[in-house]
Amino acid sequence: MQFKQILNFKKNTSSLILGVFLLLTAVAGHAQEAIGEAETAEVAHQEEAFNPADAIIEHISDSHSWHLWGHTSLALPVILYTDKGLETFSSGKFGHGEEAYTGKYYTYKLEKNKVKVVDEGGNVNEEASKKLLDFSFTKNVASLWLSIIIILVIFLSVASSYKKRVGKAPKGLQSFIEPIIVFIRDEIAKPNIGYKYQRYMPLLLTFFFFILINNLLGLVPLFPGGANVTGNIAVTFVLATITLLVTNFSANRYYWKHIFLPGTPKWLYPIMWPVEIIGIFSKPIALMIRLFANITAGHIIVLALISIIFVFKSVAVAPAPVLFVVFMDVIELLVALLQAYIFTLLSALFIGSAIEEHHH
Amino acid sequence: MIGSIAAIGAGLSAIGAGIGIGQIGGKAVEGIARQPEAASKIQAAMIIAAALVEGAALFGVVVSFLSIR
Repeated sequence: MQFKQILNFKKNTSSLILGVFLLLTAVAGHAQEAIGEAETAEVAHQEEAFNPADAIIEHISDSHSWHLWGHTSLALPVILYTDKGLETFSSGKFGHGEEAYTGKYYTYKLEKNKVKVVDEGGNVNEEASKKLLDFSFTKNVASLWLSIIIILVIFLSVASSYKKRVGKAPKGLQSFIEPIIVFIRDEIAKPNIGYKYQRYMPLLLTFFFFILINNLLGLVPLFPGGANVTGNIAVTFVLATITLLVTNFSANRYYWKHIFLPGTPKWLYPIMWPVEIIGIFSKPIALMIRLFANITAGHIIVLALISIIFVFKSVAVAPAPVLFVVFMDVIELLVALLQAYIFTLLSALFIGSAIEEHHH
Repeated sequence: MIGSIAAIGAGLSAIGAGIGIGQIGGKAVEGIARQPEAASKIQAAMIIAAALVEGAALFGVVVSFLSIR
């Protein structure tokens, strides 16, 4: 009974979150429309030399607005914690990143997609900018919420259909998800963790589907996708930190004995301890860098190929890069799946090595 | 100047990973050819090893990427 209540609570919360998200986007989008129209006339004389490196960095990094189409973009809220207090406003106030906005405490301006404090003359005040803490609801955060909603919708419906159809064959979405869950259980959890695998299944499944869905959303170039969430080092850092904590908190005494009392001569201990302690941290760091670099590198390659068209400023060269981009995108689909698999597999491997029973 | 040296670094790490993953893939195919029934196990081991090699290469790429700025 209690569990059912929790499930209902989750459903209500997820629909609430969806509602808030849609409301936010609707309000912000409305605010942006007027600016979008005014801006179109100005574009004609903005033809500068195209710099592929800057364009690529802009596309793979986080941003305060979410590009929709043409010159329309979704303005996301900016939340700043200044030394004088909290300040919130829509990023639509920055225009297309060129205008300054005077808030309650300071005047702000976007400098390379980062909010900076400026004085009356429009010069960046570095000292005040350093005290600024930016908690904004950025593109990556919005995309993160979107993927959370997708995951909740999929898995709450699958979970409820398991409750309804106990002992019967799977149906609908359930029959699409079940083989993947069974694959993770039989190919990742059981061989690497051992008989205690059940405790870690929720974690591994969450890792797998969270990374997979965010990778796939990142490959979609249009609005609901387009944010580079798993290619953001902060996101992969948190994921790797979870692995680090779970590994070390579920570790048994053989794991710690291997680190502090390894089977080497005693006079080697001063050398072995630092090595082993670095070993604890280097494994999650490798996880972090691997996911971040794979996804970022894929996006950079696709964007670099697209940039070729703009560098040559000709439609005639377009077919070749477009063909390559389609080819790269197919490879990226494989990479999206493979990186989710690898991250889950290596997490299972690390956890498994920490809870392994002693045997010689 | 710094940018082009960083590009050389990225290229070198790509060469290293290419050699490594090439070896892994070649040996895995050899192993599967000898023992087709062990294909799934060999594949799993191959992917783990390839991911580890790739990780080392990506460290190189990330360092050169950071040094551009």
